Amino acid sequence: MVEMETFGESRRRADAGTVVAYVLLAVGSVAMFFPFVWMVLSAFKPIREIFQLTLLPHAWTWANFRQVLFHTSFPRWFLNSLVVAGISTVSVLFFCSLVGYTLTRLRFPGRSVLFVIILSTLMVPTEMLVIPWYVMSTQYHWVNTYWGLAFPGLIPAFGVFLMRQFFQTLPRDLFDAGRVDGVSEFGLFWRIGLPLVRPGLAALGIFNFVGNWNAFLWPLIIAKSPAMRTVPVGMALFSGEASTQWNLIMAASALAIVPVLLVFFIFQRQIIEGVVLTGVKG
Amino acid sequence: MRPTATDLKTADAREAVRPRRRRLSLGTREALWAYAFLLVPLAFYGFLRIYPAIQSFNLSLHKWNVDPAQRTLVGLDYYREMLSDAKLHQALRNTVLYAAIVVPAQLVLGLTIAVMLNAVRRLRPLFRAIYFSPYVTPAAAVAWVWGWMYSVNFGILNNAFIAWSDFVTRLGLPWLSIPAQGFLNDPHQALPAVAAVVVWQQLGFQVVIFLAGLQGIPRMFYDAAAIDGAGGLQRFRYVTLPLLNPVMVFSVIISTIATLQLFDQVVNINFTDQGGPLGTTLSIAVYMYQQAFSKFQIGYASAVTVLLFVLILIVTLVQLRLLQRRVEY
Repeated sequence: MVEMETFGESRRRADAGTVVAYVLLAVGSVAMFFPFVWMVLSAFKPIREIFQLTLLPHAWTWANFRQVLFHTSFPRWFLNSLVVAGISTVSVLFFCSLVGYTLTRLRFPGRSVLFVIILSTLMVPTEMLVIPWYVMSTQYHWVNTYWGLAFPGLIPAFGVFLMRQFFQTLPRDLFDAGRVDGVSEFGLFWRIGLPLVRPGLAALGIFNFVGNWNAFLWPLIIAKSPAMRTVPVGMALFSGEASTQWNLIMAASALAIVPVLLVFFIFQRQIIEGVVLTGVKG
Repeated sequence: MRPTATDLKTADAREAVRPRRRRLSLGTREALWAYAFLLVPLAFYGFLRIYPAIQSFNLSLHKWNVDPAQRTLVGLDYYREMLSDAKLHQALRNTVLYAAIVVPAQLVLGLTIAVMLNAVRRLRPLFRAIYFSPYVTPAAAVAWVWGWMYSVNFGILNNAFIAWSDFVTRLGLPWLSIPAQGFLNDPHQALPAVAAVVVWQQLGFQVVIFLAGLQGIPRMFYDAAAIDGAGGLQRFRYVTLPLLNPVMVFSVIISTIATLQLFDQVVNINFTDQGGPLGTTLSIAVYMYQQAFSKFQIGYASAVTVLLFVLILIVTLVQLRLLQRRVEY
């Protein structure tokens, strides 16, 4: 009986705790989501309402979106961002998993040294690389090209590390069996390894897409012509082009987050899973 | 269909050849495949990561010229110049200050939100998505919304302060009123104002990391603690915190590195006066960018990036030592 009572007691206390958690989370959500909601709703406001302190537009309008889509370079920037994020995501998924696979599943002299070398590049901040990259890009005429925009992010060391963690969880027998059956070395990777690390690929792909979509420093340096700007760079320089037309800026912002939001809402479960499996738990 | 004699013979022959070829080269063959797989990635790391990193050091020791043959060695001149560069010192101070605000704020808020998210079942995906949404929002969009919220005359914050002051004055408590603030225009408030934006934007990532860590703690530890009569707070203190320590170390290091490299928010929130007002929001990364790509002081800017590299390296190593010692529980 005593046991039962203490159990009931802690249950009640836990319930009170849960209620507090819900309330605090809801309050926090408002603070976290408010700027976001304000941005999206302002995109539907006519210019005269943009500075009014009302959340909802009085007169809803699509005019801002029409203006941004048909009378600015925004669609071109959007395309550039899609191309760059697309190229780099495909490359990252293929090469990071290939390197991760090779470093776990194949035996060869220098394996651990190569892994340490690749990991050590994580310590070098991007800021330190952009100047030599730019010098290189002017030399090889990579300025204002998709290659120039995309090359820094083609095989990130973090991705190699992540995929290596995933491949390490696979049993060795699987690959030995494939080898006995005469599957080629590339086939072992492509047909046996890759399908088994799909959660890792999903997490890596999402993080990489979001990271590249929002990348700012390098595209700001390498995209000299307006036509080669990506969305973040184009929007940063938009203020000059659109002066103080905040309604257009809000509409552009709302459009810019659509791809990342789509990707995030569809795959948010994999993001958590991916982080769990990076070995964060130590 | 039965195999014919020739089929069998060739199969035999293949079998006879196979083991020999294999024995000869099993290890070598695997190594050759490995090198073949690594060819492109290693070229990438060598040419686009390691060489540029070394090149950075090299550029910092030379006076810049487009023609490599014309670059003259200046030795440590740029490093000596950094010693007396007041603007750089300001950027350095600011950057350390950013880290001092952003890192603890993210740790405490990120952990609190993750623990609460872990405690609720219903609406968890919705909350998670809401808390993560700023992280996926482009810095330019974030900067505009916050720039507008901070706006001295139109901003929602100052309007809220005015409304609040009116309200308390009418209640006869004028000492509770809050005057309108300068925020981004005020040299004393600009840095904390930008830091708040950074915390707001990066918090979602920290929450995800902590959630992953919390989900990695086996339930039985909590059950055991509950049987021993530990209340909610005690369980947090004696189970969650120690078991989450590696995740906290990871989180602190990741957010410190990111904050020391702060660039996007600073540039976007004040695009026409980057790092302003009066350089009070200037970060090292922004200063490097200005030196390299506005003033074309390539050699000096390279020396600044080397400084940033060393700073990040030292801070990370110190944090690893200090924080990991506490893991022994």
